[in-house]
Amino acid sequence: MKGELITAAVLIVFFGAFLYVNSTGDHEWSGADSQAEGAIGELTGGSYEPWFEPIWEPPSGEIENLFFSLQAAIGGLIIGYFLGYNRRRSEVESPAKRGTNAR
Amino acid sequence: MPHPWWEIWFALSAPAVAYGLWRMNALVKERRETLPLLAVAGAFVFVLSSLKLPSVTGSCSHPTGTGMAAIFFGPWIASVMATIVLLYQAIFLAHGGLTTLGANVFSMGIAGPIIGYAAYKGVMRLGINPYIAVFLAASLADISTYLVTSLQLALAIPATVGGSFASFRAFAAIFALTQVPLAIVEGVVTALIFKYIVQLRGDVLLELKVISKGALNKLLEASG
Repeated sequence: MKGELITAAVLIVFFGAFLYVNSTGDHEWSGADSQAEGAIGELTGGSYEPWFEPIWEPPSGEIENLFFSLQAAIGGLIIGYFLGYNRRRSEVESPAKRGTNAR
Repeated sequence: MPHPWWEIWFALSAPAVAYGLWRMNALVKERRETLPLLAVAGAFVFVLSSLKLPSVTGSCSHPTGTGMAAIFFGPWIASVMATIVLLYQAIFLAHGGLTTLGANVFSMGIAGPIIGYAAYKGVMRLGINPYIAVFLAASLADISTYLVTSLQLALAIPATVGGSFASFRAFAAIFALTQVPLAIVEGVVTALIFKYIVQLRGDVLLELKVISKGALNKLLEASG
């Protein structure tokens, strides 16, 4: 349980920090990479031009979200399958533990 | 990313990824039982790198997720996983991009995992709690990825005033600062997943020499 509690505590602090920062001023919550693009403009006085345009860009933010969530879903599915499969397997292999929480 | 830097990063990354592929192939052939763990480590990179999290700096960034793969399979196989994710994001999301792929693979797939792997091995040698080693390895892999990204950008795009050094400070201020809280979260989450894997497939971790028999038994007892 200790590991779960620590993780939950860290996530709460992380989320709390977000709420606090969000309430203390105007923030865009833009990507750090797009901020870096802005910095490139400042540092070089606007002389830097990207020389290569992406061949295909997601037509909208919605579609971009689709691919990001798809990515997370694929990963989550695999991790969940692995954990579930092995939890059951360890129960079957050591029947003494069955019913008790393996944690 | 301007010429000649994108070619340089490609040239540096390609051999590492090729070696990683070869290592992965050999591993799967010789030890089939590691395959599910390989899938989980890859899936972990997939999930974490898809999450854009808000940070205390008022901007968003992604964790990398490569620390766990590096701990389990070494930095070279982690390079292969990072490459897969970066290709996915470059092709479907125009996120990262194809010409910068070499540079991104280098920072996320090579530099980060090497630092994470070294941190894990180093801390484990000290005999400290393995979860702390995992936490540090994952966090450091995350943060060093973004430091290397800043360095790459600084080299490629020196400031008109102050050159690459000034650029590095500007980029590191954006990336690394945003990344610190995310790296902490990534470290904690990685340690938690590591705990589950220890409980469920400690045998495979033993076989991969991720952890010694004594340390594994101690962990299992503690969570017993």
